[in-house]
Amino acid sequence: MLKTILSRVIQTIIVVFLLVTFVFFAVRAIPGNPFASDKATSPEAQAALEAYYGLDKPLPIQYFNYWKNILTEGDFGDSLAMKGRKVSTLISESFPVSLKLGLLSLALGMGIGIPLGIVAALFHNKWQDYTAMVVAMAGICVVAFVLGPIFQLSIARPLSWLNVAGWNRTSDIILPSITLCFGVAAYLARLTRGGMLDVLSQDYIRTARAKGVPTLQIITKHAMRPALMPAVTFLGPAFAAIITGSFVVENIFLVPGMGQHFVLGITSKDYNLVLGLVLFYGILMGIANLLSDIALILMDPKLRTS
Amino acid sequence: MTPAVQTLKADIPVAEKGSSLWADAFVRLKKNKLAMLGGIIVILILILCFIVAPILAAIGWNANEQDLANRFAGVGEKGILGTDQLGRDLFMRVLEGGQISLLVAILATCMTVTIGVIYGGIAGYIGGTLGSIMMRIVDGLLAMPFLIIVILFRELITGHVDVAAKFLIDDWGWNDNTVLRFANLIPLTIAIAGFGWLSMGRIVRSSAASLSKQEFVEAARSLGLSHTRILFRHIVPNMLGPVIIYATLTIPSFILYEATLSFIGLGIEPPNSSWGKLIQEGANFLETNVTVLAVPAVMFSLTLFAFNFLGDGLRDALDPKASKD
Amino acid sequence: MLRTTLFTALASLLFVSCERRSDVEIANEENILIIGNSGEPKGLDPHLVSGVLESNIIRALFEGLCVEDPAKDNSSLPGVAKTWVPSEDFTEWIFNLNPDAKWSDGVPVTAHDFVFSYRRLLSPDPDWPAEYAEMLYFLKNGEAYHRSYFGNILCGNDPDFPLAWETLKEANFQGERTLKLENFKGKEFSKLKEIDLKKLKPYLEEGESISLEKLTAEKVDLSDLTKTEKIIFFNAKGIDKLNKEQLQALAKETDLIKWTEKVPEDVRQEVLKRIIAHHEADKPNLWDKAQVGVTAVDDFTLKINLRGPAPFLPEITKHYTWYPVPKHIVLKYGKINTAFASQWTRPGNLVSNGAFKLKTWRTNHFIEIERNPEYWDAQTVSLDGVRYLPIKNYYTETRMFGDGQLHMTYTVPSELIPMAKEKYPDQLRQEPYVGVRFIRVNTRNKPFDNPKVRRAFALAIDQKAVCEKILQGGQTPASGIVPPFGEYTVPDVIHFDPAKAKALLAESGYESTSSFPEISLLTTNSDSGLREAEALQAMWQKHLGIKVRITQREWTTYLQKQYDADYDLCVAGWIGDYLDPTTFLEMWVADGGNNNTGWSSKEFENLLNKAENTADVPTRMGLLSDAERTILSDTPVLPIYWYTTNYLIRPEVKNWNPLLLNNHPFKFVKIEK
Repeated sequence: MLKTILSRVIQTIIVVFLLVTFVFFAVRAIPGNPFASDKATSPEAQAALEAYYGLDKPLPIQYFNYWKNILTEGDFGDSLAMKGRKVSTLISESFPVSLKLGLLSLALGMGIGIPLGIVAALFHNKWQDYTAMVVAMAGICVVAFVLGPIFQLSIARPLSWLNVAGWNRTSDIILPSITLCFGVAAYLARLTRGGMLDVLSQDYIRTARAKGVPTLQIITKHAMRPALMPAVTFLGPAFAAIITGSFVVENIFLVPGMGQHFVLGITSKDYNLVLGLVLFYGILMGIANLLSDIALILMDPKLRTS
Repeated sequence: MTPAVQTLKADIPVAEKGSSLWADAFVRLKKNKLAMLGGIIVILILILCFIVAPILAAIGWNANEQDLANRFAGVGEKGILGTDQLGRDLFMRVLEGGQISLLVAILATCMTVTIGVIYGGIAGYIGGTLGSIMMRIVDGLLAMPFLIIVILFRELITGHVDVAAKFLIDDWGWNDNTVLRFANLIPLTIAIAGFGWLSMGRIVRSSAASLSKQEFVEAARSLGLSHTRILFRHIVPNMLGPVIIYATLTIPSFILYEATLSFIGLGIEPPNSSWGKLIQEGANFLETNVTVLAVPAVMFSLTLFAFNFLGDGLRDALDPKASKD
Repeated sequence: MLRTTLFTALASLLFVSCERRSDVEIANEENILIIGNSGEPKGLDPHLVSGVLESNIIRALFEGLCVEDPAKDNSSLPGVAKTWVPSEDFTEWIFNLNPDAKWSDGVPVTAHDFVFSYRRLLSPDPDWPAEYAEMLYFLKNGEAYHRSYFGNILCGNDPDFPLAWETLKEANFQGERTLKLENFKGKEFSKLKEIDLKKLKPYLEEGESISLEKLTAEKVDLSDLTKTEKIIFFNAKGIDKLNKEQLQALAKETDLIKWTEKVPEDVRQEVLKRIIAHHEADKPNLWDKAQVGVTAVDDFTLKINLRGPAPFLPEITKHYTWYPVPKHIVLKYGKINTAFASQWTRPGNLVSNGAFKLKTWRTNHFIEIERNPEYWDAQTVSLDGVRYLPIKNYYTETRMFGDGQLHMTYTVPSELIPMAKEKYPDQLRQEPYVGVRFIRVNTRNKPFDNPKVRRAFALAIDQKAVCEKILQGGQTPASGIVPPFGEYTVPDVIHFDPAKAKALLAESGYESTSSFPEISLLTTNSDSGLREAEALQAMWQKHLGIKVRITQREWTTYLQKQYDADYDLCVAGWIGDYLDPTTFLEMWVADGGNNNTGWSSKEFENLLNKAENTADVPTRMGLLSDAERTILSDTPVLPIYWYTTNYLIRPEVKNWNPLLLNNHPFKFVKIEK
């Protein structure tokens, strides 16, 4: 167990390092200029801005300075697009929002997806299976930018206590999290179904069945844990992705989350913001993978002993 | 099917007439009604988009011709499904949009498969430190927000594609409309494939790693066959099952990527359209004119459903024990 | 287990959130106005922003010398200035400041704050990124100080200088604008285009060639250049832009740059001596020597001297570039020209002199401002606060309005206008707005170096169809660049005329469509931009038979492509900063930062100059009208339509009246319960 954790941590460090290195050079290769604005900037002003943000130095030195600032001062630099604001402030302001929204939609997704998957597997190739899968698939097929407006018009408008968009009332989290949860639910349902089908064909389940153990007990006591393993593997990265926000949902529901920073960062060539986000995302991804590794070890007796 | 499998099978005495893996799979697939329905729909949509649409276009149905006097014509009033916000024939736009969306998805899937099989195959076959370094690179890229990769590729490639397209039009005398229409798919396709091959690479690596430990590989090795030969003649053919299944499931997710990119404004070049773009523009008319949204959305959802069920069905049929994503 | 927790969580959520009143109802009780503001502001420093959404907030926080009238265009109410008196020729103005005007921390607003502000905005330092300093070029010597015109400041402003500036300024101080060396970068002399060769011609002997590589190098080595190359280099740069070494070299051989015969050698040496001395003294700040036309006569009297007569000066002082910034606060958080590193505009630090002060600022969430108790006219202010929501998605915004979450929307997307007309007929406002939508043409390249082609493209745009079928917001077809307002008569030049367009194209020599070069139309990646571009594309295809590709790029790339002249046609818009035609015309001068078309015309610039020095309004307007006609006849811009504002506003909001500039003073806005 300790070994797994340790190797994951080392892996994460390597991955994050590679990631930041790649992105550092890649974003600078995208055409465009972080200082372009509605009014023309003179070449001198452009040069001065570049000097102010240290972008005039040779790339290797910029790269070195970037790590130096992070490691010695914990400084991710200033945002180039939202001038005067630090990247760390932008992330620390928006992450709690995305985390809250992400956790709720993840919980909703699990609450819908896993039962659907189990039902589908139990009634393999029967109408219950088909219905469950159609429902799950609908979550993938109806894209968020259609689902969001439909919810706004059909749910929020008639209900006086529910706002169309915004992030002020407690209830404002409901619609975005429902919109977000569909995709998760759909994937989870399919994975759970697959896992369950796999387990149900195993000998020990057949033995239990032959012995006359009630179906419900078979599922909860014997089949559930191994059947959920693929779902847990998926939940790791999905967790990291979902708690860092979604541009589409934030745009439609006016949520001050992190997702829009990803898009804004790239489209406005805000190198520092993009790098900060990638770094943060990579670390989260590492943590999420670690958690899912630990969960897998706890769930699988074979892995536990080895 | 493949030499490796056949040699193995030959040693096993068969009681009944040899039913191949594929025939078995087809029998199982036929039992899955949803998957069969999915398959039929996929075929129908492919015929509609790639055979019917070009024929209609050839007899003068134009998807880009505007008629500002007849905007939002109802179903049957003008054209088969009415017109859109600029008075263009919605039916033709949906079919031509489908062409683009499906082409992007299918081409990107082909690229994904090629890169994924080669990269993942090598990483899995050689294993060891080099293999795990190769996989850490994939992990690293997977931990990157896909938007960054997509925009990067798109920006880097667009210029080159324009040059190539100009060459085809000027020097080879190709029809400029067609060339341009498909030329601007290429950056998008490469961009999507640039991200999509990562998961494929992982899947291929894990099956290549387990296959390379099997007896027939050791047998091949003891015969002194070259690594390239072992990898591409013996290991790769045996992985085709999971690869094909995964590929079927990739197509719908790539159609979705394309749609999301359209929402951000990074889709294909106007006035051509894709389903993603049509839906995204249509969503703006949700309150005022639902048809513009509903028509592409229905086609899009139908295709996604069909591909997903077909993929699920294929997986169940080919590999009943598979439980991966 | 998981599911039970989930359900309890959901259930409790439902109970907690049983607030049945809408946001607007709550806000009405709190007397707070909620408005959509289209996005997150880039900043709140009046000197560093340039967008409309920032100006909406800054206008409520700060106050200039004069204040907008809530109901009338071209009418100015007292702001920080109680009264103002122009001189007879409208070049000198005295503003008497209100002694009661205070910053929100209680410190009085004085004339020194204004002098400080204007000095700050005009800072000549290259690391001062103000985008809107041009707005202060109305001040006498403002441009000279901002652009560091050393000759003008060090010699022209000195009354003891042996030669009058009027004569001296004919010398090449600012460099030859057409001969920009950067434009030759990476080119080979033998392969220069005719248009480039023409620029070099006056300096070259027959058959002589020069090394462009050496001339455009990062660091030019003078000793390595031939005499001709030196002449080209110096004349391209101009005396003001040369560094110390180059000036010293020039002093040895003054003939290398154009002086005119009226400047004798000793004067030349004196000019160079002064500028070299300035460089040697490590370029001290020249504010005192520059004599920029703004002086604090005493604490509450501000004198402004203009470069030419401007009877409309009070109009201009309402623009946020003319607002004061708090000297004591700006200097507390940095130097006068500390730009983005300064924290003075952050919540908690920001001190303002307007009707409101900053309360909360959350990124991408909202900005809230509250009543400023120190404001001199606080009893007039009715609202207790304004909440700005950064709603980028206008469809969401309209839905929020329908759900009672907003008092006012930023806009109504054209798709939803028919619905708004039907559902909210009394709340939808469609008002004229001084702005123009047009297409920039890159006149440097084929085929658009030919005015006939440009004209043909302009005449093939069915402007009426664009306005009525696509936009539906009451926009009007633009027959020129400047929208109609006040006493200005718009030259009626551009009209949809497909037959004439075709004829012009035929005359241009590009008759057959196959010989036409491949061209593309650059636009932003918004849906409305796309629809418009697709319509234009179809019109050119239909009326001229020419296929135009559409290139959509995100905002920053879109702008960059224009600055880099990497486009053929580009859809763009321009919104007036003040109510005078010059706000639309001045950008088309040769070195205008927003020209980007490569077009310039001496005739046009002469007319503008003449207008600048004319005080009589009808004559001035006539000159400007002529100037516009000059530019339209050459058509480097293809006008499409004149803007309107479309927005939804709730009936309880009062005193929000149509204004051409759409700069509504929040001071007078009321919520009637």
